[in-house]
Amino acid sequence: MRSLLREILELIRPDFQRDRVVPGTGFTAVLTSFTAGAMAFLVVFALALSLAADRLGQRWSAALAQTATVRISAPVDQVEAQLAAVLGILNTTPGIQSARGLTAEEQQNLLQPWFGVDLPLGDLPIPRLIDITEDETGFDAAGLRLRLAAEAPGAVLDDHARWRKPLVQAAGRLSWLAILCIGVIGLTTAAMVILAARAALAANAQVITVLRLIGAKDHYIAAAFVRRFTLRAFVGASVGVALAAVALFALPGAGDHVAVLSGLRFQGVEWIVLVAVPPVLALVSLLATRYAAMRVLEGLS
Amino acid sequence: MIDLNGAAYSYGGGELLSDMSLAIVQGGFYFLTGPSGAGKTTFLKLCYAALFPTKGTIRLFGQDVTTLSRDDIAQIRRRIGVVHQDCQFIDHLSVQENIAMPLSVSGNATLAEDANLKELIAWVGLTYRAKALPPELSGGERQRAALARAIIMSPDVIIADEPTGNVDWEMSERLLTLLVELNKLGKTVVIATHDLSLIRSAKSQVQARILRISNKQLQLAGANL
Repeated sequence: MRSLLREILELIRPDFQRDRVVPGTGFTAVLTSFTAGAMAFLVVFALALSLAADRLGQRWSAALAQTATVRISAPVDQVEAQLAAVLGILNTTPGIQSARGLTAEEQQNLLQPWFGVDLPLGDLPIPRLIDITEDETGFDAAGLRLRLAAEAPGAVLDDHARWRKPLVQAAGRLSWLAILCIGVIGLTTAAMVILAARAALAANAQVITVLRLIGAKDHYIAAAFVRRFTLRAFVGASVGVALAAVALFALPGAGDHVAVLSGLRFQGVEWIVLVAVPPVLALVSLLATRYAAMRVLEGLS
Repeated sequence: MIDLNGAAYSYGGGELLSDMSLAIVQGGFYFLTGPSGAGKTTFLKLCYAALFPTKGTIRLFGQDVTTLSRDDIAQIRRRIGVVHQDCQFIDHLSVQENIAMPLSVSGNATLAEDANLKELIAWVGLTYRAKALPPELSGGERQRAALARAIIMSPDVIIADEPTGNVDWEMSERLLTLLVELNKLGKTVVIATHDLSLIRSAKSQVQARILRISNKQLQLAGANL
């Protein structure tokens, strides 16, 4: 690891004479810069998606954690009795901080988005809901279910796990998918840089022949190309990141409540990750160019 | 310095050079002659490890070339200055930068601005062309620039492949004089040429051994040259 680091440092060490060996212009220069810029742009959006999905998962998890609901579906004449029984049980259950029956108005508000404002709640057999807030220790859901079944047969405990788990899982998978995208983008960048480096090496066959003739070691020749490509990738990636940052900044923020796009913009210290993108892509370019150069040079006398 | 022992070189199924045995010694001056296509350039490439023998052995400075790593070969080439037939420059660098390139390659980049470099450029008569690009040079200027690049590292051996092939008689004489001067400084010189008048001219200045490649064989040529 230390020798690799030393080799990388040697590869990027400026050497005026060596750096001039490879011509500074040509289509490979444009190709490398453009590829790095485009890939950096995509990386930033993949990062934004990953972080947003992660935040979303955490928000869902936090919103539904430490709460539970008891639903009482019983004949109309038994509802109030079962409600009182359930509240009695809940108030004596360890791990429950508070339990409160929702008022008719609150239940109407919950149903309003689906059934409209004129819902005759009194005429419908609507189950009664009890909102539970856990304390830090939490309660024994299995034990509570048994007690409810014995004393209030119409009561069903919903601890939100069946809702929360798939939502958090989905957000987590989305986050990992975005990370996978970043990996694919990194590999694509490496492949493009290898192609560009091989083209540059072929276009500069005369330079390589001369350098070998006068006693240049492979490492010296490779370093001349590596520095060129690394710098080009760094500059291209910096431009790509700047453009992506502007585009992200133009997106609606989390406070704007625009469904899917809300929260895609970086928040707070997350903007710092942008600084890491150009050096990382430059490192990918460095390793890819070194690989291509050494492979080509090994085939020459 | 360069020892061939039964060395042969084959390519594409056919033998181009066979059973060559020779010791190129320090301070020697050698001409290599033979008709076009006889294998002179191939022989020279074997001498600076651009090619490897397919039979027998070649030892450069005591080391068997077939056992050398790529870095070892690069190191050895710093001890052998080569003036290639078509000179081979890096066209986007100036003449001065091309001449100084072996210094950079060997990690002595600071010497590139050294007074010795300017002195060397003056010695080959290219001071007025130091900032020019190689494609702007005439044939003779290219050969002299290539010679300056070949000797800037003060190599033990100088190998020149048809150095007078593209220049007039006067420039040939001038190049020969430069090579003779280097030989008098103790450098080994090997020149491949089919220009017999150049060899005759050299005989008055230096004690040269003349090698000939004929029918794939390396022979010591007689006085009839």
